[in-house]
Amino acid sequence: MLNADNIIPTTCPYCGVGCQIDLHVKNGLIYRVNGRFDNAVNHGNLCVKGRFGFDYVHAQDRLTTPLLRHARGQSLESTSWDTALGYVTNRLQTIRAEHGPDSIAFLTSAKCTNEENYLLQKLARAVVGTNNVDHCARL
Amino acid sequence: MAGLAATLGSGAMTDSISNIKDADLLFVTGSNTTEAHPIIGLEMKKAVRRFGAKLILLDPREIELADFAYLHLRQRPGTDVAVLNAISHVIIRDSLANVNFIEERTEGFEAFATSVREWTPERAEILSGVPAQDIVDAAYLYAHARQAMIFWAMGITQHTTGTDNVKVCSNLALLTGHIGRPATGLNPLRGQNNVQGACDMGGLPNVFPGYQPVTDEAIRRKFAAGWGVELEHLAPKPGLTVTEITRGVLEGQIKAIYVMGENPMLSDPNLNHVAEAFESVELLVCQDIFLNETAQLADVVFPAASFAEKSGTFTNTERRVQMIRPALAAPGQAWADWRIILALAKRMGAGWTYTSPADIFDELAALTPQYAGMNHARLADGGIQWPCPTVDHPGTPVLHVGKFTRGRGQFVPIDFRPPAELPDEDYPFLLSTGRILFHWHGGTMSRRSPGLDAIAPEAEAEIHPTDAHTLGVQNGELVRVFSRRGSVVATARVTRRSSPGMIFMTFHYAEAAVNLLTNDAVDPTAKIPEYKVCAVDIEKFTPPVNKEILNEPESIFTHA
Repeated sequence: MLNADNIIPTTCPYCGVGCQIDLHVKNGLIYRVNGRFDNAVNHGNLCVKGRFGFDYVHAQDRLTTPLLRHARGQSLESTSWDTALGYVTNRLQTIRAEHGPDSIAFLTSAKCTNEENYLLQKLARAVVGTNNVDHCARL
Repeated sequence: MAGLAATLGSGAMTDSISNIKDADLLFVTGSNTTEAHPIIGLEMKKAVRRFGAKLILLDPREIELADFAYLHLRQRPGTDVAVLNAISHVIIRDSLANVNFIEERTEGFEAFATSVREWTPERAEILSGVPAQDIVDAAYLYAHARQAMIFWAMGITQHTTGTDNVKVCSNLALLTGHIGRPATGLNPLRGQNNVQGACDMGGLPNVFPGYQPVTDEAIRRKFAAGWGVELEHLAPKPGLTVTEITRGVLEGQIKAIYVMGENPMLSDPNLNHVAEAFESVELLVCQDIFLNETAQLADVVFPAASFAEKSGTFTNTERRVQMIRPALAAPGQAWADWRIILALAKRMGAGWTYTSPADIFDELAALTPQYAGMNHARLADGGIQWPCPTVDHPGTPVLHVGKFTRGRGQFVPIDFRPPAELPDEDYPFLLSTGRILFHWHGGTMSRRSPGLDAIAPEAEAEIHPTDAHTLGVQNGELVRVFSRRGSVVATARVTRRSSPGMIFMTFHYAEAAVNLLTNDAVDPTAKIPEYKVCAVDIEKFTPPVNKEILNEPESIFTHA
């Protein structure tokens, strides 16, 4: 039997139930997942996605570098963080200066953490200056 | 969640998952719980089979919960208001209402009672197809229960009458006093792991974190102080919703869209229209773990870390804030989303100094009353349900005990409105959409898990045997489903789960994107599109010789 290098307690990322799970990791791979009993949500139970649905974390087509398209019609190319962040900063500031803050819109994510959602709406409201913030939870 | 916010003052599940087993009546509508929220489905089955609760199911389809239901009301899609108003009618007519509760804790009863006077079960039967006697039985069962919980999900909200649907559910609970005690209440089941959190954190155009309105100057002053910006810098006018943003691009006022961890190109309704918007916007920036359909159109794509590679918190459907913890290093140069936003904000001149998600949480807790008593150290010992106002507060499993968030519970008279698009001569079938157990949402995650994809590899269209016979379609044959907006090909699943005249499809499959068909007509208040009802036609599809290229002329997408 395999012995895990690490067993990390965390929260399942699929539906809104928020089952508590253990990720069993060996050699940098999640090879087993079990439900945790020490909580009032799932009492050790898991559905088929929560138990077997984590291959995507290790998928070959995960994004590993920033991508940039220099002009419409051209393809996306790998670039550095410095270039990509600089490009976005520049374009957002230009658009904001020309068309005002309300010409920019932000979509926050029902898949990301509270901390990340908080930061993105703060970026929109406090830095850019627009309330054009929404997410796909209406959907 | 606009419906509940209006009637109770707080738009969230009022009770807790662990109380389901204590209810003696479960009323489930517009939720295929055992497939979309399987672990809550398990608690419902346990309540019925082990603890003797009765289950009333109001759903057009013969879903798995129907096997557990004491009473299954199969309404025509889009007629929920008619059925629920008729249940209220019977409760008032037969003096089953909780008079003390109405007097002490609610307002607007008289106007509401007048509005449902005409809603006899017989009238509702004509509109909905649900036998009048079943409506009467449901009213008696619900009103006579000691502890009754109402559950719904997107089957209630994804209509042009979504807010109305929620309010008629709310009326029922106020009428009988099934709220504000354990194992009662109004329980919307959230579809995504952190929808509740995204809303709580102000991912909405009209509110700051904690549902504090942007139009309120005192609130803007508080955030200006907390964020160290000038008051004038915070816009007092609510912003645009998702559907308004895509429309705004086409009308020219939106020039840039920044998308974090979403795929609107698969999840939004009337996709051809959405695609036009995302293709024509001047600047599109995405941060995601995959090059999804939206990111493929982007000017810049930032590689993000998955949930297994970062720390932070998610808030589940019962308002429980829980930790996630890093188990792996992010691949290549991928960064956690918070780190990307932080880097961008610094470049744009913000003096942000966070060094970890724990820092960010401390700031958001200081500005969000519901989260005020939480921090990562406390959450490490177990999740906490908001509101949690102080560091020694244990959290709140049941909302509205003794008093509603808004003071008194508000009855709202609701009139019946039909769906925006109903079957007609040209498009005689009604299409409804939803989920299956083995996949999740746009399929970005679950379809990359070979085990799950092997069980459910291809898009199916559920069709009733009677209709299949008329069309000459056998189980497993290909059909083309088309609406005024688009067309997709799927495998026919001939089953009695859906009623005659109805087609059911899931939205998990990019190669047969059902949202090419759906209508982007929205609920006027919540702006949720009507995914659950649109008019389509269906025909047998004779595939080209090469099955590989089958969907290419039909879909604007390539295989993910």
